[in-house]
Amino acid sequence: MSTQSVVKASWMDKFGGRGKLLQILIIAILILGVLPMVADIFRLNLYGKYLTYAFVAAGLVLCWGYGGILSLGQGIFFGLGGYGMAMFLKLEASSPENTAIQSTPGIPDFMDWNQLTELPWFWEPFHSFPLTILLILTVPAFFAFVIGYAMFKRRVGGVYFAIITQAIASIMTILIIGQQGYTGGINGITDLRTLMGWSIQTDFAQYVLYFACGIALILCLLAGQYILNSRYGQLLIAMRDQEDRVRFSGYDVANIKIFVFVAASVFSAIGGAFFTLQVGFMSPSFVGTVASIEMVIFCAVGGRLSLIGAAYGAFLVNLAKSSLSESFPQLWVVAMGALFIAVVMLFPRGLAGLVSDYAGPVRERLAGLFNRKPPAPKVEAPKPESARPQKRDGVSIGSAQETH
Amino acid sequence: MGGYTGEELTAIFLMQGFSGLSLFCVFLLMALGLAIIFGQMGVINMAHGEFLTLGAYITYLTSYLASDVWPFLLDYYFPVAIILAFLGTFILGYLVERFLIRFLYNRPLDTLLATWGLGLILQQIFRSVFGPREKSVVMPDWLMGSYQATDMVDIPLNGLMVVGITILLTIGVFILLYKSRWGIKVRATTQNRTMANAAGINTDRVDRLTFALGCGIAGVAGAAFTTIASTGPTTGSLYIVDTFLVVVFGGAASLLGTVASAFGIAQAQSILSFFLSGSMAKVITLMTVVIILMFRPQGLFASKVRR
Repeated sequence: MSTQSVVKASWMDKFGGRGKLLQILIIAILILGVLPMVADIFRLNLYGKYLTYAFVAAGLVLCWGYGGILSLGQGIFFGLGGYGMAMFLKLEASSPENTAIQSTPGIPDFMDWNQLTELPWFWEPFHSFPLTILLILTVPAFFAFVIGYAMFKRRVGGVYFAIITQAIASIMTILIIGQQGYTGGINGITDLRTLMGWSIQTDFAQYVLYFACGIALILCLLAGQYILNSRYGQLLIAMRDQEDRVRFSGYDVANIKIFVFVAASVFSAIGGAFFTLQVGFMSPSFVGTVASIEMVIFCAVGGRLSLIGAAYGAFLVNLAKSSLSESFPQLWVVAMGALFIAVVMLFPRGLAGLVSDYAGPVRERLAGLFNRKPPAPKVEAPKPESARPQKRDGVSIGSAQETH
Repeated sequence: MGGYTGEELTAIFLMQGFSGLSLFCVFLLMALGLAIIFGQMGVINMAHGEFLTLGAYITYLTSYLASDVWPFLLDYYFPVAIILAFLGTFILGYLVERFLIRFLYNRPLDTLLATWGLGLILQQIFRSVFGPREKSVVMPDWLMGSYQATDMVDIPLNGLMVVGITILLTIGVFILLYKSRWGIKVRATTQNRTMANAAGINTDRVDRLTFALGCGIAGVAGAAFTTIASTGPTTGSLYIVDTFLVVVFGGAASLLGTVASAFGIAQAQSILSFFLSGSMAKVITLMTVVIILMFRPQGLFASKVRR
């Protein structure tokens, strides 16, 4: 979309031009300025929780919206990130002094209840904070790489990829619930109080965590924009529209897909880690198939072709979810179902699509008022995308069926 | 596997084999409808489990009518219930194709999301109408009791009934797809829509009937399901992920593959669950399937047709 590169390449083009940066600035002001001012700390903590889903939605824009790869297993990566953080916090909460009443002091309480007498090996690295951060980022990336490598190198795409990732999410939930002694089972890992001796439950701590989460989200959005406007991003768009031509041009399509899937998984994992920090626990219900497909709807509502739109989508759908399900729990399920159908049938480009359809002309007029230069390619550029969603999926059936 | 004698192991395999058989029937009954809708048409119907649930609830209603209103009909309600379950789900499937699926044929991933939404709505309707608790049908006398094969082994009659329905339905679907004129039209449409149109096949009508029939089969599956388990609003959706894996593992377009993979997965899972916990048995079975699929994405029985 850096169509003005002929005019002059500026650093802004690396992020999609001035317009996109302005939109990110607006969302930054909303998250870091407006919300903390209007909401009390209880609400703000909830908003912070919604924002953690925006990481996942932004990742889905990269791999689903632009790459045409629908992953129904983003909950896996969200969970890996969340559980990584939860394991670190849990180990800290179960120091030998705190757990002196247990038959084996020094291990998490649920392990003691399940007659475990020593810490399992895979819990050991989570004693160290830097190692935890490293693992939160690398374990999901590794999993995504393995899944992506196995599938994309064999040109499995589209529908098959969706079904298999969904199955993996389901397997992971069963595994977590079944291995109660190692994972905390269906209750998850609860009772998380401090981060390196610093209580995460005070109002002040929750403000700090909210801002950290907001800043991390803005950085992720910038990173996403950077990826989309890099050479990989260009290839991604080319590949989604005409996969065969990109392949015939000598590019390995699989590598591009693997890259974008790994990027999406890391985004989700960061979101998961912030989720644990702000909510104070992690449980398998945020990992499974239902949670994973809900993450897709956050992205679809916001706009599958817009990173920034997806962030709004995640926030708004969650806001609607908690306000509706507080008062009318039954209605919410129906509303969610209707949302799935509506977003597919009526507005496949989501909120971002609606905004650019209706606000686009207005902006054009405003731009005409303020500067006399022809506003041409900037506004025109996103237009062709409107026709794409149908075409893209058409391509992905083709690629799924090549395997027969 | 130390600690078991050979004789005991045989007995274990036999007993677990029988319990695997009922899981096999559930998988296959659900997978048959999907094999048509997904295997032939390439449509992902995430609401398929809800169609099964609908069939089960229709059977429940019929049994309720038969036991409370016209008790003298109790012995005969089951065949009627199967027909009603088929009709009910067939009609709903027809409508869903007409108003939803039709617009999404070239967007399979979007179909997946839309049908998931449909499934959520149906689940909530079931919950409001029938309540969140599980419902069991009143069984006619001739389905109670069991058949004593040897003094060790005894097979419940309702289990036999489900196996019978599964076999009949599988044969029926096979004949429909591979031996009937309608089957030729379906396969022609999926292989090359334009040519099928040119050959005078009304492909829109074929699509509608195919989808409705797949849903109708799910309804019959639901009716059979009521004889071995009770029905709740989320009964069908419990199996949806596994069933899709069954169909993909078998090779999407191959009916024989679907049967083989349903059998393999169900038996592996139930035999393993004797030695390990139930959840680990499921994890290991499904994980193996996923890993095999990563090396052989076309499934067990790949169709030779180039699409």
